[in-house]
Amino acid sequence: MASIELGHYLTLGGVIFLLGIVGIFLNRKNVIVILMSVELILLAVNINLVAFSIYSNDITGQIFTFFILTVAAAEAAIGLAIIISYYRNKGSIRVQEINEMKG
Amino acid sequence: MLAHTFFFYFFSIISVGSALMVITSRNTVHAVFFLILDFISIGCLFIMIGAEFLGMIMLIVYVGAVAVLFLFVVMMLNVAEQKQSWFRGREKSAHIPVGLIVSIIILAEVLVVVGGWKYKSNFIKTEMLAVDGNLTNTHMLGNVLYTQYIHLFQVAGVILLLAMIGAIVLTYTKRQGVKTQSYFTQLSREKKTSIKLVEVDSNKGVKIDG
Repeated sequence: MASIELGHYLTLGGVIFLLGIVGIFLNRKNVIVILMSVELILLAVNINLVAFSIYSNDITGQIFTFFILTVAAAEAAIGLAIIISYYRNKGSIRVQEINEMKG
Repeated sequence: MLAHTFFFYFFSIISVGSALMVITSRNTVHAVFFLILDFISIGCLFIMIGAEFLGMIMLIVYVGAVAVLFLFVVMMLNVAEQKQSWFRGREKSAHIPVGLIVSIIILAEVLVVVGGWKYKSNFIKTEMLAVDGNLTNTHMLGNVLYTQYIHLFQVAGVILLLAMIGAIVLTYTKRQGVKTQSYFTQLSREKKTSIKLVEVDSNKGVKIDG
């Protein structure tokens, strides 16, 4: 087997990114799964940054991974809070029933 | 090197499979469990590639905080039984074909990028913050994070504070009809507003409500 290069990690990041995007597009039932797909996308970006950081021998990529991690945590907290207050008002978080903006 | 190859394929197959299960699982609680598995295997990949501190932070922040927060909300909202079955659902949605088309186009674009990019081993190396072999990963991160990126670090702290305040404000509800102690009213009472001195005539008494 060939040794693991940068391209392997980038491919892994790309595959997880695509799975996140497909999850956002195809999920019609539950808003929480959409938030989880966003977390998957941010995770794929983190993989890319860490792989570039290691293979180019530069620590900066790992620093930026920190900030992406921070933003991901903040986004999860705010998103779940919005979902909770929506559920309190409407009694459901099914995607098909969230159509008041006619988007 | 063989062990590196073996463990890379092991963890990446687990992470891709669990990511697939996150978006196709019919039960939301199972989806959160697979999300946790995904985070753990990516954290193991980070540790394996040499970013130990980030791997551990992945475990602490993602598994310990974010995924447990998801699990908590799923259980609190009682949506675990809402089966999400977009691939075999009875009601047809007009969004699924468009979503599939867009997803396939994105997949084709990524394939074009991967196919067109020769794996260059000599991409441009920035020598700004070269890794020092004598220091550990955590030591290097601390050296850079608290000196060159101190302002970004503090902005990240402000973002977390804003997220905390926003989450509290969004989910705060004032309950009606609950008797609570008001310290301000208690402490701001004065003698002239709370005590009334009455001259009491002999054999007549006092009318309290008057």
